[in-house]
Amino acid sequence: MTINRRVFLGTTAAAAATLSAPMIARAQTRARVVVVGGGSGGATAARYIARDGGDAIDVTLIEASRQYYTCYFSNLYLGGFFDLEDTAHSYGRLAGHYGINVIHDWAAGVDRDARTVSLAGGGSVPYDRLVLSPGIDFIPDSVPGWSVNVQDRMPHAYKGGTQAALLRAQLEAMPEGGTFAMVAPPNPYRCPPGPYERISMVAHFLKENNPTAKILIADPKEGYSKQVLFEDGWERHYPGMIERIGPGFGGDNVEVDAEAMTLSIDGVVETVDVCNVIPAQRAGTIAFAAGITDGNWAPVSAYDLSSRVDPNIHVLGDSAAQGAMPKSGFSANSQAKVCANAVVAALTDARQFPARFSNTCWSLIGTEDGVKVGATYEATDEGIVASDTFVSQLGETAEVRAETYRESLDWYEAITTDMFV
Amino acid sequence: MRDARAAIGALALAALAAAPSPSLAEGDAAQGERLFRPCAACHMIGEGAVHRVGPQLNGLVGRAIGAVAGYEFSDDLVEAGVDGLVWDADALDRFLAGPRDYFPGTRMVFRGIRSEEDRQHLIAYMRDAGGVAGEVVAEADTEAVDPEVAAILGIAGDVPYGEYLANECTACHRAEGGGDIPTIRGLAPSVFIAGLVAYRNGSREHQVMNTVSRRLGDEEIAALAAYFQSSE
Repeated sequence: MTINRRVFLGTTAAAAATLSAPMIARAQTRARVVVVGGGSGGATAARYIARDGGDAIDVTLIEASRQYYTCYFSNLYLGGFFDLEDTAHSYGRLAGHYGINVIHDWAAGVDRDARTVSLAGGGSVPYDRLVLSPGIDFIPDSVPGWSVNVQDRMPHAYKGGTQAALLRAQLEAMPEGGTFAMVAPPNPYRCPPGPYERISMVAHFLKENNPTAKILIADPKEGYSKQVLFEDGWERHYPGMIERIGPGFGGDNVEVDAEAMTLSIDGVVETVDVCNVIPAQRAGTIAFAAGITDGNWAPVSAYDLSSRVDPNIHVLGDSAAQGAMPKSGFSANSQAKVCANAVVAALTDARQFPARFSNTCWSLIGTEDGVKVGATYEATDEGIVASDTFVSQLGETAEVRAETYRESLDWYEAITTDMFV
Repeated sequence: MRDARAAIGALALAALAAAPSPSLAEGDAAQGERLFRPCAACHMIGEGAVHRVGPQLNGLVGRAIGAVAGYEFSDDLVEAGVDGLVWDADALDRFLAGPRDYFPGTRMVFRGIRSEEDRQHLIAYMRDAGGVAGEVVAEADTEAVDPEVAAILGIAGDVPYGEYLANECTACHRAEGGGDIPTIRGLAPSVFIAGLVAYRNGSREHQVMNTVSRRLGDEEIAALAAYFQSSE
């Protein structure tokens, strides 16, 4: 057999491993990047670092799930516009084509001095650079009466896959004329228009299948993303079906009882048929375990998404406190590319280019009635700031709205290709 | 080359004169002018027309497909013209009904016009405003290039920078292209640059593309054009 460079490095590493010093031996050969979390931020970062780093960088992706379900477009599944299977994506090509070492396990802890990530299943993985993209977790007791222990009765459906399937099943099982309730989250949270697109999709489903049913929203926020567009759409598509109770009327003072299936708003108890509780959110648990959080999130530099606590760690997407970008899959994907460029430039002789970001959040209000909001962003010392923004307008033609919807379908294909293909 | 094109044009014109399409006569040019408005974001027609994002359309009816001087057409259209296909009434009608159904490789970003009547109006307008092949009703300037586009064409694009900038594009533009968001790989720089310049200066409207292109400097557009030309 021909001994090429790759085989030679491999055997060196293997020999060193038997001497229990694999970290030192490999550090001299290939730089090691470990990515935790295989969503929009993590999968994109792993793919771009592996692609652009070539043989110089060894990339490991730690992700518990073998199949990733996007949270975005799960609302379209609830409304009957998208199949749940079409929100599922596998890591096969990241491993097979890009040579990324994909480990299906939970990252349990980070030893920042030793630069290792410990795995729930045992063992640890060394890194030169660590990228954390763990999405969100829920703040315990933010909705009195709710915890993850009752998420099967009162689903959050704010992570894709099984929770979305459960919420859809509950929607289908609602009695005629029943009540669908949502406890909306306080700012900041993942996907700012998400709860309201969900209301739209639930209303669409009910209009077709259970037209006398009601939708009740308890909302702790005064206002929300694309509010005038949603309210206009609800009036046109689902008149009289949706009631939103804001903070002035007790929307910020709720309690649930999963056993009794009740929602209490300002002390007034109502029995509901479905209760979708979207709790207050914070950075994924591993960010706290790594000790890089300040309050609920992990502050980062806008220039390369590096942690303000530890420059060898980068934080992407929902978990990062970066400034003005919304917590969205599009934002995480955008940040991942800036981070990937910076990481590859730091570990090889590749060029580093100035950070630039963009985001668009599409929402579907009814059949072929799509809206969007978005912006371009730039990096400053204080954080990421918006440079230019746009939003859909009231009174747009049906053709414009249909085009916006169709473009969102193209975007879904494109971004998931950008992450996994 | 020039002779061959002229010959094709003359042949087409002869065919047109010999058998005028009855449906073509039905179109109402005044209604067609209204329908042309969205087309005008990319195409010029009439006196002084020049190539912009799309080719100028003077003398379109009856001219060889994908063969007008000074514009870089997609391979599909060039091949059609070489095979002797011309923009007769039937070909125009078929193309306007669904550009990519007719020529899957076309760079024209347009879903098509469902109404046959509207297509006939549009064809009637283009025939009146731009004339038929070989019969000049309005002078076109096929050598003219928008000075903003020409300035960027003169910049040597930095391909690695373009590849980095392209990361922003790939969040929405797939290599294979989608039904509404087209592929932008392998585009001729003149077409790519004219497209971004039109979005940047607002002559072509699209909320996302206007916003994204407004922050692109000339160097950045040149870098993107160089990168996308090199990536198939």
